[in-house]
Amino acid sequence: MGKTIPLRQLAVGQRARIAKVDAHGELGRRIRDMGLIPGAEVEVVGRAPLRDPVALRLKGFTLSLRNNEADFIAVETDAQPRPQE
Amino acid sequence: MSANVIVALAGNPNSGKTTAFNEYTGSRQHVGNYPGITVEKKEGIARVDGREVRVVDLPGTYSLTAYTQEEVVARRVLVEDRPDVVIDVLNAGALERNLYLAVQLMELGIPVALGLNMIDEARKQGLRIDAARLSQLLGLPVVETVARTGEGLKDLMSAAIAHGDARRGTPWKPLEISYGPDLDPVIARMVERIEAARFLTDKYPARWVALKYLESDEDMRTLGRAAGPLSAELEAMAAEVARHLDATLNSYPEAVIADYRYGYISGVLRQGVLIRHDELSQRLAASDRMDRVLTNRVLGPVIMLAILYGIYEVTFAIGEYPMGWVEAFFGWLNETASAALPDGLLKSLVVSGIIDGVGGVMGFVPLIMLMFMMIAFLEDSGYMARVAYMLDRVFRMFGLHGCSVMPYIVSGGIAGGCAVPGVMAARTLRSPRERLATILTAPFMTCGAKLPVFILFVGVFFAEQQAQAMFALTLLGWGMALIVARLLRSTVIKGESTPFVMELPPYRLPTLRGILIHTWERTWQYIKKAGTVILAISILLWAAMTFPQLPEDKTAAFEEQRAAITAQKEAVEATARQEAGSDASGEAVAEAPAGAADAPAGEPAGEEAADEEENPFDAQLAAIDAAEAAAGLEYSIAGRVGVALESVTKVAGFDWRTNIALVGGFAAKEVIVSTLGTAYSLGEVDAEDAAPLAEQIKADPHWTPAAAAALMVFVLLYAPCFVTVVAIKQESGSWGWAIFSTVFSTILAFGLAVAVYQIGTSMLSGG
Repeated sequence: MGKTIPLRQLAVGQRARIAKVDAHGELGRRIRDMGLIPGAEVEVVGRAPLRDPVALRLKGFTLSLRNNEADFIAVETDAQPRPQE
Repeated sequence: MSANVIVALAGNPNSGKTTAFNEYTGSRQHVGNYPGITVEKKEGIARVDGREVRVVDLPGTYSLTAYTQEEVVARRVLVEDRPDVVIDVLNAGALERNLYLAVQLMELGIPVALGLNMIDEARKQGLRIDAARLSQLLGLPVVETVARTGEGLKDLMSAAIAHGDARRGTPWKPLEISYGPDLDPVIARMVERIEAARFLTDKYPARWVALKYLESDEDMRTLGRAAGPLSAELEAMAAEVARHLDATLNSYPEAVIADYRYGYISGVLRQGVLIRHDELSQRLAASDRMDRVLTNRVLGPVIMLAILYGIYEVTFAIGEYPMGWVEAFFGWLNETASAALPDGLLKSLVVSGIIDGVGGVMGFVPLIMLMFMMIAFLEDSGYMARVAYMLDRVFRMFGLHGCSVMPYIVSGGIAGGCAVPGVMAARTLRSPRERLATILTAPFMTCGAKLPVFILFVGVFFAEQQAQAMFALTLLGWGMALIVARLLRSTVIKGESTPFVMELPPYRLPTLRGILIHTWERTWQYIKKAGTVILAISILLWAAMTFPQLPEDKTAAFEEQRAAITAQKEAVEATARQEAGSDASGEAVAEAPAGAADAPAGEPAGEEAADEEENPFDAQLAAIDAAEAAAGLEYSIAGRVGVALESVTKVAGFDWRTNIALVGGFAAKEVIVSTLGTAYSLGEVDAEDAAPLAEQIKADPHWTPAAAAALMVFVLLYAPCFVTVVAIKQESGSWGWAIFSTVFSTILAFGLAVAVYQIGTSMLSGG
């Protein structure tokens, strides 16, 4: 069942639920302003050509953040990665 | 009496707020800057049901905290200007996140109306939103809109104004959300203290002040410290609850507040407001399919490079024509003024100072228009966000941002650009530190005005490796820009990189109207600058190169020489006329048939033929004029500076002539070659065709390959031209950075030039 891993480790196409956001200050506020809060469902929809930043799908929109920013976010996975199209 | 209503437009970036603003106000807009910062202030007038409505476009924000300039500005306008009502334009497709700002507006207490914008796209995404239910639950007007087509905008405005009218004269009614068992008691105690002391309550609701103290909002705390001693007490209360939260929940007040706000929102949405049919989602799926190609590992960068190169090519290839027209117009103006005004200082001022100065600046207008048109297209279509996304990893290593690439390329990252639109293109960067570093380093690129200098010296000294030398200079520009950016970001513009957290909006086809308004705004701002600041600096530089004038004995000496030659010439011509009279002026007919046809015979035809034939006397006269111009230039302030600097600049291999040209180059880099020509007393030298100057330089023993290389390095990197400096001032919001750029670049360029010259010279003499 639910396994908590850093957001960075999600594969493209994988879905997860945010468990914890550890960022403080400006980064923390930006992350929350965009709706990345505990309980939010996210899906990794892509990575930039150099594997960083990462593109996430939240409810109804896409946002990107750098890998080192994603490290502050822990997610809970309960599903196998969807096969990539 | 028609009451003057003020309506503020708020909303997230990419919510269609700007499109709505354009629809409401059309061309009746005014764009300015808030004092001291670079955030734009946009206002316009709309007519609604016979009333004049002042519409203020707040900067796009996700929140009302105080981390970004945009948020500070939005808050200040709301609190200081106290608009009658705020229209919050929401992206209906991402309702939950968009309501986060709406809730904060409601907590401030100002009357709010919501526009559920892009409702058509939200439906395609499989969302069903019950606007009436949302309106009922929140107690404010909610109207569905499609700003791109104008649908619903009128209803939204009318509903908003009616809501504002109903609430007019009554105090703001802040929304009260529960922040849970840990924070609610503290908030209650803080509110009590704030109300008792009337602490900041003239402008802010007490609960809002309390929340901002809990959120450790620096802007509010600074205001509070100035307002009274209660501030310290509130800070202590906030610190205490923060310690408590840290110990019990391993959390902190800001995070808890955000969680409860989102909790409130999802609570509202769950009451039958929002129904999601994920299986119907088409729009994001289409956008995702485009992203699979456009941000693909291999194809993505290739397409991006093609698009960036295409923009560059189109701007400078198409821009060339209107630029030519503008230049031709100023050329005509120049000639007309030259003909109309008597010789003397006034003529020199009008022609060389004002017309050439302003004309040189106005020549950029077509480039700027095209550039901004295409940048606006890239931004509005959503592609610009992908460029940042793909390039961020590379640019971050140098303390920059993925969006820095555009300013670099436009400035001359592909040789031949221009730093003026380049610096202005840095506006797409939302991160202040990265933007500043980009603005300060973009002028290192090989802009089109530096090219004639490079072509001249590469042609003389590196004729065998022309292409390689030009390419090396372009690479040097990039290298220096990136290295200096890194350097600046770890010294004067130190600070953590701004979080990248950024929305990747779905691809959309931009509206023509939006792009045109956007382009015109930028262009008009630039034209206004040309008429004021740049005009003043043109005149100053003209004065520096004109005054003091040659003393009378010197000009008298030149006058004497001229008189002597003119006398000789007239004598010879008189003889020629006599001969021509008897000889049926055969030569004149051959040389100037048109002239000869108009005038039967004699003087006019003879004169013209003599002019075109470059008779030795005219050449001598021209040489005297050129020598006088050179002497005049040497005698002027700019010339004296050049001569005085020689003792320093000879370390880099620059003589006084080069110094004068470089001083002139501060006005515009195009001037370097022509000023060098004047200093070598060649008269007017065309920057594009400097063949005689090349020969002079080749013959001058002072010029060695090492000196030439040093000069080219210096020209590449030294102070940006003053038009760019003015642009830097405008974009960075301070003269301080503009001056820093000028001084720092010049020192850096000189240091490198000295190194190149010294190492080059020792290698040449050694080898």
